[in-house]
Amino acid sequence: MYQWVPFWPRTAALNAVVVNNLYIAELGVCGLIMAMVVGMMVTFCIRYRNGSAASRAGLAQKTWHFEIGWTTATLVAFLVLFVWGASIYIWLYKSPPGDIEVYVVAKQWMWKIQHPGGQREINALHVPVDKTIRLVMASQDVIHSFFVPAFRIKHDVVPGTYETLWFKATEPGTYKLECTQYCGLQHATMKGEVVVMTPPDYAGWLSAQGVNQSLAQQGEALFREHGCSGCHGLNSTVHAPTLDGLYGSLVHLQDGSVRRADERYIRDCILAPRTFTVAGYPPVMPDFSGQIGEDDLMKLVAYIQSIGSQRVSR
Amino acid sequence: MSSVAVELPPNYANEEHTIGSWLLTRDHKRIALLFFASITVFFFVGGFAATLMRLHLATPQGLLQPSVYNRMFTMHGVVMVWFFLIPSIPTTLGNFFIPMMIGAHDLAFPRINLASWYVFNLSGLVLLYALVMGGVDTGWTFYTPFSTLYSNSYVFAAAMAVFINGFSSIMTGLNFVVTIHRLRAPGMTWVRLPLFVWGIYSVSLVMLTATPVLAMDTVLLAVERFIGVGLFDPRRGGDPLLWQHMFWFYSHPAVYIMILPAMGVVSELIACYARRPIFGYAGMTIAMMSIAILSFFVWAHHMFVAGISIYSAVVFSLMTYFVAVPSAIKVFNWTVSLHKGRIIFDAPMIYALGFVLLFTIGGLTGLMLATLAIDVDVHATYFVIAHFHYIMVGATVSAFFGGLHYWWPKMTGRFYPEMWARFAAILTFVGFNLTFFPQFILGYLGMPRRSYTYPPEWQAWNVLSSAGASILAVAYLLPLFYLGWSLVWGRRAGPNPWGATGLEWTTSSPPPKENFERTPVVKLGPYSYDPERGSYITQDGVRHA
Repeated sequence: MYQWVPFWPRTAALNAVVVNNLYIAELGVCGLIMAMVVGMMVTFCIRYRNGSAASRAGLAQKTWHFEIGWTTATLVAFLVLFVWGASIYIWLYKSPPGDIEVYVVAKQWMWKIQHPGGQREINALHVPVDKTIRLVMASQDVIHSFFVPAFRIKHDVVPGTYETLWFKATEPGTYKLECTQYCGLQHATMKGEVVVMTPPDYAGWLSAQGVNQSLAQQGEALFREHGCSGCHGLNSTVHAPTLDGLYGSLVHLQDGSVRRADERYIRDCILAPRTFTVAGYPPVMPDFSGQIGEDDLMKLVAYIQSIGSQRVSR
Repeated sequence: MSSVAVELPPNYANEEHTIGSWLLTRDHKRIALLFFASITVFFFVGGFAATLMRLHLATPQGLLQPSVYNRMFTMHGVVMVWFFLIPSIPTTLGNFFIPMMIGAHDLAFPRINLASWYVFNLSGLVLLYALVMGGVDTGWTFYTPFSTLYSNSYVFAAAMAVFINGFSSIMTGLNFVVTIHRLRAPGMTWVRLPLFVWGIYSVSLVMLTATPVLAMDTVLLAVERFIGVGLFDPRRGGDPLLWQHMFWFYSHPAVYIMILPAMGVVSELIACYARRPIFGYAGMTIAMMSIAILSFFVWAHHMFVAGISIYSAVVFSLMTYFVAVPSAIKVFNWTVSLHKGRIIFDAPMIYALGFVLLFTIGGLTGLMLATLAIDVDVHATYFVIAHFHYIMVGATVSAFFGGLHYWWPKMTGRFYPEMWARFAAILTFVGFNLTFFPQFILGYLGMPRRSYTYPPEWQAWNVLSSAGASILAVAYLLPLFYLGWSLVWGRRAGPNPWGATGLEWTTSSPPPKENFERTPVVKLGPYSYDPERGSYITQDGVRHA
């Protein structure tokens, strides 16, 4: 495992294999161009050094056909690389529905992880191998960046919104988790590890955490505690939008816009309800910004998400 | 070697000796030397910070406190970007040679030129105040909300230093634009301008149009920090990414402010030392102007992982590829400009060839960063650090030193010691690659930038990098000594020691106060070298064997 001088990072996820291949290909192309430039330069420098006998007659006067030639060639080569890189980028950043959704809260200077089963950990993320893991990430203070070099994935975690990222680890093992956005004094130590486990090991790890309430259940408790159920509950008399089946549906807002009810939307609605008043409802919901921490907010979102998927599965 | 320490004839530098004659001068050549003094100080201040950082990173435990390390990289970035790289070539070589190369007696606005130097030094003092009081720990990018809400350092003073500094940039840029438009000598048409003039012209346009945005950015940052309007604070409806958009809208073009003049310098050097016309003059000017324009449409490539819309990232990636095309053309043209030349490997040429190689490596790795999926992986790692140092330090500083040596006899009337200079040029190239190439590997391994510590298994690459940095430090210090030596003991140089074709070589060395005895009349384009016969024609139409 341990090499004295590591030269290449490990490639331990589906995402990593794809990006790694692109990286190798592009290194090849760049190496070729570099070799061409160096080759020409060295050849000319030797052949046409001052005092050499090589003929200087017939210096090219018209140069435009060369220039058009290599401009076109570089443009075409660049466009190929662009399309390749962009298509992978879209694939990397359009999160598919995950097999497991993990909530991540970044703060100065730690990663707080909440699993759907209610397990919590700090600076460590335990996941099973060969499953699509979808991360929903929030920052409590400044901008951080979630980076796992062995998976070749990275996304900034910007305060004030949710960012999502996904990966599918292919090899059990322990991999570095880093913060790559400078976030203050101890930025360099805001590190952790991603532990990829075989399914039995993972199941064992989950049960060893001794948690009896899932994240959604914890969210449900908060849902009552903060009084949300008073209006949004099933037997409420207040004219408030029902949250059953909300998650993933399209919502028509008062201002005429339409939004997909994803985690980000649910978060926005809790913190700035007046900005996201649903069409046909009075703007009466109180504003919860500054009252609920990112951790609890994620539990609420997980709960609302769970009652959404319940209906879908019914 | 016989004529050591011969007195120089009357010239711009020895005409008057009082301190006032320097501090209140309106002569662009003297102001260029004043700028030289200022930016040299800042170069060594920034270099000192870099030296401490590399010493610190030689071991995972390091030497400095984390808070000190964080201040060091911030100071290194701020000083090197705004107080050395951006002013470097324009305010010194540009200031000295633009009027001389177009056959003018001074810049269009000599007083504004002097004011620019005072404003620059004022901003430097404000920055030094921020440093002495306790420094800044935000990184030179001042990312919000860290800089506005969380940083406990002298962000306001640093932002004000940058704000003031911008006006110096604007004044200098304005001066060059007007000078190049209005003060060209008879016969100096646009297509007869040397490529260095084109480089400075394109960069001046960028300075004029981009720097006001920097002023707005720093004011908003200060307002936000002091009054807390909430512009960048998500809890008050602001958007932290707004800062990044605004900052990079200036700071990406700023990267081209650093490289375009260098491209101009190197074009002069390659033509002169290959003794042949530059390949594709028209293509070179079009490339520089396209880079200047396209540089305004690529800023969000610094934000591919920041959570901007996926599709806007795709557009910015495409634009970034487009801006790489003219850069590639320039590399090809420089290389082919060696074909059928009579290449002389004097120190300036070694710097110029080093520039082309380092710029190519920097450019190609820039291409990799423009590739969206790769950027996701290597963004904000040492890969990026290595990439932009190849461009901004490897390339720009090589060109700066190359140009400094090339024009040294013109500025001082004396030769620099050639062997020492060649040694420094080669040492720069070796030291630079040893410093920064390992950082590409570290970056792909995943070492984040701005980290005061790293896992022990990455130490070997860091030690290599630090070793290279010490070589680089020697290479950068050497010219200070031998150029200083040559001021007194250097061999006397004639008006045109290199047999170059530009107008600046048609007047005496050092030039008289008014540059030319009579306003020159330009007869032909800039690079009339004939490698077949070994002859050349200066731009005033005089043929030399």
